[in-house]
Amino acid sequence: MSAPRKRLISAKAGERILAIAGWSAVWLVVAFIILPAVVVGISAFNDRAILSFPPQAWSTRWFARAFSYRDFSEGFRNGLIITAFASSIALVVGAGFAFALDRYSFRGKMALEAVLTSPLVIPHFTIGLGFLILAAQIHATRTFALVIVCHVVLVLPFVMRSVYVSLRNLDSRLELAAASLGARPGRALFTVTLPLLIPGLFSGWLFAAILSFNEFTASLFVTAQATQTLPVAMYNYVREYADPTLAALSVIYIVVTALVLTIANAFLGLGKVLNVEHVR
Amino acid sequence: MSAERIDPREPVSPAVSAPAADAAARVAGVQIDGVTKRFGDATALHEAWLKIADGEFMTLLGPSGCGKTTLLNLIAGFLEADGGEIFVGGRLMTETAPYDREIGVVFQNYALFPHMNVAKNVGYGLRMRGVGKREIDTRVAEALALVKLDGFGERKPRQLSGGQQQRVALARALVIRPKVLLLDEPFSALDKNLRGAMQVELKEIQRRLGVTTIFVTHDQSEALSMSDRIAVMSQGRIRQVGTPDEIYRRPLDPFVASFVGDVNVLPGRLERRIGETATVLIAEGRLSVSADTLEGIAPGAAVDLFVRPDAVRIAEGEGLVSGTVATHVYQGSHVDVLVDVAAARGGRVTVRVPGHGASTRWPVGTRVSLDFSPADAVAFASDVS
Repeated sequence: MSAPRKRLISAKAGERILAIAGWSAVWLVVAFIILPAVVVGISAFNDRAILSFPPQAWSTRWFARAFSYRDFSEGFRNGLIITAFASSIALVVGAGFAFALDRYSFRGKMALEAVLTSPLVIPHFTIGLGFLILAAQIHATRTFALVIVCHVVLVLPFVMRSVYVSLRNLDSRLELAAASLGARPGRALFTVTLPLLIPGLFSGWLFAAILSFNEFTASLFVTAQATQTLPVAMYNYVREYADPTLAALSVIYIVVTALVLTIANAFLGLGKVLNVEHVR
Repeated sequence: MSAERIDPREPVSPAVSAPAADAAARVAGVQIDGVTKRFGDATALHEAWLKIADGEFMTLLGPSGCGKTTLLNLIAGFLEADGGEIFVGGRLMTETAPYDREIGVVFQNYALFPHMNVAKNVGYGLRMRGVGKREIDTRVAEALALVKLDGFGERKPRQLSGGQQQRVALARALVIRPKVLLLDEPFSALDKNLRGAMQVELKEIQRRLGVTTIFVTHDQSEALSMSDRIAVMSQGRIRQVGTPDEIYRRPLDPFVASFVGDVNVLPGRLERRIGETATVLIAEGRLSVSADTLEGIAPGAAVDLFVRPDAVRIAEGEGLVSGTVATHVYQGSHVDVLVDVAAARGGRVTVRVPGHGASTRWPVGTRVSLDFSPADAVAFASDVS
């Protein structure tokens, strides 16, 4: 009679140990995820012109410098232009391909899918270098077009995935219902299919925009002084200076991105409900 | 008067059984002429022939994979036939796109547009037809009243219960005044009580509007209770077309007999066949049944007698088979008395006794003789499954 009871107790103790170990692991992982941001965030307020930790004296002057430094504001503006074009083009192209892959079967479908997702396995510097060599051939190394095309290629797989998943979740019977009610294919597309895909399209676009805006490796190859994006400008800055301006910029970056995502989430919340509803 | 077997070799559409005969003489609501559909190597539908009268309620009944939904999708135009022709109201539909067919469809999951409110859902088909706004409002209100959803126009589908969504789907399909209404297992997602209520309501609406209706289901009791006629399907073929009573009491093959309702099977032997009458020997007796279903079967061959539980009686004197009462299954309005009968297939015969006195009258262990009228028995060659 005592043996099973003993086992019961030890099992309970084992469970507790496991629970503690499990939570410790979770907290450790969480800590490591946010640690860099916290360290950088604190360093941004260091009064001294070096990146040391922890700070001895406090100041917000590096935020002022981050805003006033010309390369940063130009990089920010360039980044916005490139991101807007790249993610929008990627959305249209990616949505088209996703639609084709979801709805039709054709020869070479697998190969097309592999090519379209290949930027996931080809290193960014390879893609950047490749575009740089190509652009040099036609003397287009200083153009926005080069950076935009490069970014389109880089973010395309993500946009495609996002739209593809939305299409998969779309109940095809909704389109059949529209057809049976007299909707020609074009009208069914605009009255039923697209309105239901909007959350997926928007999140695909947003994802692409964030990736494009933050992209550094390939951008380093394909940008020139006139077209350099914010991450490239930051890299160039850190080669010359070691003051906390970049830390201040990081804080601004995080705050702005978090704001954008919060707004987007509030907007997407509605769409998510729609998506969930017709997934059987 | 007897039910009709569909012979795919005969390109004449099947004769229609008595109650619907007058209707079928008028313009056919839907006519299916030798329609075949293949998916790769698999044939989902083998040359289906079916004529549905204008205003008739026709049920396609069969287990999953029997081809009933394929046939429905072909009529709706969602699939393209590999052979044969489909007419709706006398008009050839085979080449017509689904959006030009004027057919209302209620889907199994209702397929309501989640981003539109109820009124927009119901009015969708009218907007696609370019109907004026005021007329749309009137007709949508009428359709919602028809399905008892007045005042629900502003709700979103997700705010409705399953039964209400069902009604919206029905209103949306009917508001376009379709030539044919197609229903694909519309009640399968509803709980049992609601299902019964919706069945009655759908039947009433259908009768009031007189719209030709094709109803797909795997539920035999649903089919028996709602249909003017039933087409029983299995493995891509229409096995029998007839009124619910014909399907239930005069099945043309063992599949129909066992799929539609409970059945007892008594193995026997064909003794002889004279004209319309066949004499069959079973364990303790001999009886004369209709020879219709035994065409081409030689005397001496093994046959199975199919008898419904409600056709079997517990005999006062001598019966056709005998056994021991094994258990009673109380069903409210009747009691199923399960009798161990060595001579029956499965060793059991179910006797359906109305009322509730069966367990005191024939307690478990009682030896009983069972009897039934030869008119209620159907014989099939036993190697046919």
